[in-house]
Amino acid sequence: MQLRNRAAYGFLAPYLLIFAIFWIWPIISSFWMSFQNTRVNPWAFNPGMNWGRLFSDPAFYNALKNTMIILVIQVPVMITLATVIAVLLNSPLLKARGIFRFAFFAPVVVGEVAYAAVFRLMFNLDFGIINKLLNKIGIPSISWFAEAPFAMALLIIAVTWRWAGYNAIIILSGLQSIPEDVYEAATLDRVSKFKQFIYITLPLLRPVILFCVVLSIIGSMQLFTEPFLITNRGGPGGGTETLGLFLYRQGFASLNFGYASAIAYTMAGLAIVISLLNLWLGREPK
Amino acid sequence: MRSQSKSTFIRSVSLHALLIPLAIIWLFPLWMMFIFATMPDYGIFSPGVELLPSTHFFENVSNLQADTNFIRALMISIGVALIYTLLSVLLTSMAGWALARYHFLGKSVVVGIILGTITLPYFVVVIPQFIMVAREFKMANTWAALIVPPLFNSLGVLFMRQSFSMMPAELFDAARVEGVKEWQIFLRIALPLARPTMAALAIILFLASWNNYLWPLLINSRPDMMTAPVALGTLIGLTKVSWGGIMAGAVLLTAPILVIFVLLQRHFIAGIGAGAIK
Repeated sequence: MQLRNRAAYGFLAPYLLIFAIFWIWPIISSFWMSFQNTRVNPWAFNPGMNWGRLFSDPAFYNALKNTMIILVIQVPVMITLATVIAVLLNSPLLKARGIFRFAFFAPVVVGEVAYAAVFRLMFNLDFGIINKLLNKIGIPSISWFAEAPFAMALLIIAVTWRWAGYNAIIILSGLQSIPEDVYEAATLDRVSKFKQFIYITLPLLRPVILFCVVLSIIGSMQLFTEPFLITNRGGPGGGTETLGLFLYRQGFASLNFGYASAIAYTMAGLAIVISLLNLWLGREPK
Repeated sequence: MRSQSKSTFIRSVSLHALLIPLAIIWLFPLWMMFIFATMPDYGIFSPGVELLPSTHFFENVSNLQADTNFIRALMISIGVALIYTLLSVLLTSMAGWALARYHFLGKSVVVGIILGTITLPYFVVVIPQFIMVAREFKMANTWAALIVPPLFNSLGVLFMRQSFSMMPAELFDAARVEGVKEWQIFLRIALPLARPTMAALAIILFLASWNNYLWPLLINSRPDMMTAPVALGTLIGLTKVSWGGIMAGAVLLTAPILVIFVLLQRHFIAGIGAGAIK
């Protein structure tokens, strides 16, 4: 090896130290912890304890079910919306582009706590602006926080509001990387704009959209702040408790680190399986 | 030709007819945040529909300050976000430089581990991180606890590596022939060239730190060491609390970042777009 290449270790060392301590070691450590009884001092190796409990714990299945419901509804709705927004924003006919970009992209920078507070107030049963507006068009007030299906809907609405623009940014840059001449040829052949979108744009966007789907699934899998703050600790009565919130309760309210680690690795396993499934679905047709 | 422009007109109208209502829906929560922040509590809880600002913003800020020391929390958030951004950009630039421009033993292992673990949920590391920082290092409720552990983020390494590896090798080789030291090549030649990438990275890191909630909630739970989102979060759900105050806090958290967003929109979008596409 050349002498100058040794300089690389000097450049790499400070970051690598932090990365090893606060990322690599915890990954190993929580795997090991999931096989420990952490409720005794010192911790004792007991492989069946946490994992055995997990698969017979109704609270785990409840959190898993809620997370999956949110995933299955929210991700397709949001990605469809994001694609529509990106395509519309990309139109050369659009006026006042800056205002529209601001409207959809601004939620991306709004903090979780700030938007949780606003959504909580907007959807309040008695004085929330949403129910007042619903009443104006003849729909009776909805108790968004007291009935589980509505509370779930509220979380889905909130997350979609916050993240649709983020995905639209990614899809928009995908759109802008499609060369113009592809469309010029189609226009000369009198292919309608709609058909161009279905047969040219969407297939070319497929990898970008799939990337957004994977990112969104991994993100929604870890949903924590929204059910923690908007629906008040996963209320009503665990009706919106997600895996992230369940882990938080076990790990940091009950201080059962071993059990919380088993939950964390379940999330990781699910994230990996779903990502691989998506990659497999999205592979280039041979 | 006339039918051509007519169809263009129809397409333009339907485009705006679709997009305007969608944009209004999207702006509505932000608009209401600012409205609520200017309304007195009795206004927020009144039966009427208020869609225009009132004049009670500063009153709400002082109500908020009575509920929690939000000004101090804001100062902590600003300090943490600035120091974190600076350190993270520096560390990940150095690491990205090493991985982009040198050949050394173990390089592919490092890259493999970073890429292989980047999509793991944060929850996998948060428990050991908490035990380590709070119990073993006994560093809960310190500035270091807020700043140092989140530095593990490898986004910047990949980002900077990409940027450095696209620079022509002749630039650096010429300097080496003249005997310039490696760290000087990095500082004097490579870093200035990578400035646009560093700007995009810095904005994303600052935003991540500013909005970070779970880790500061866990590690700095003592009221005098809370960050602004954590301090605001403790008020949400309490009964005897000023909602106008909470909304004023939400505005104080959101407005600066929206201003930065408007001013630096292109860097923002480049950061999100480029990081994702590559």
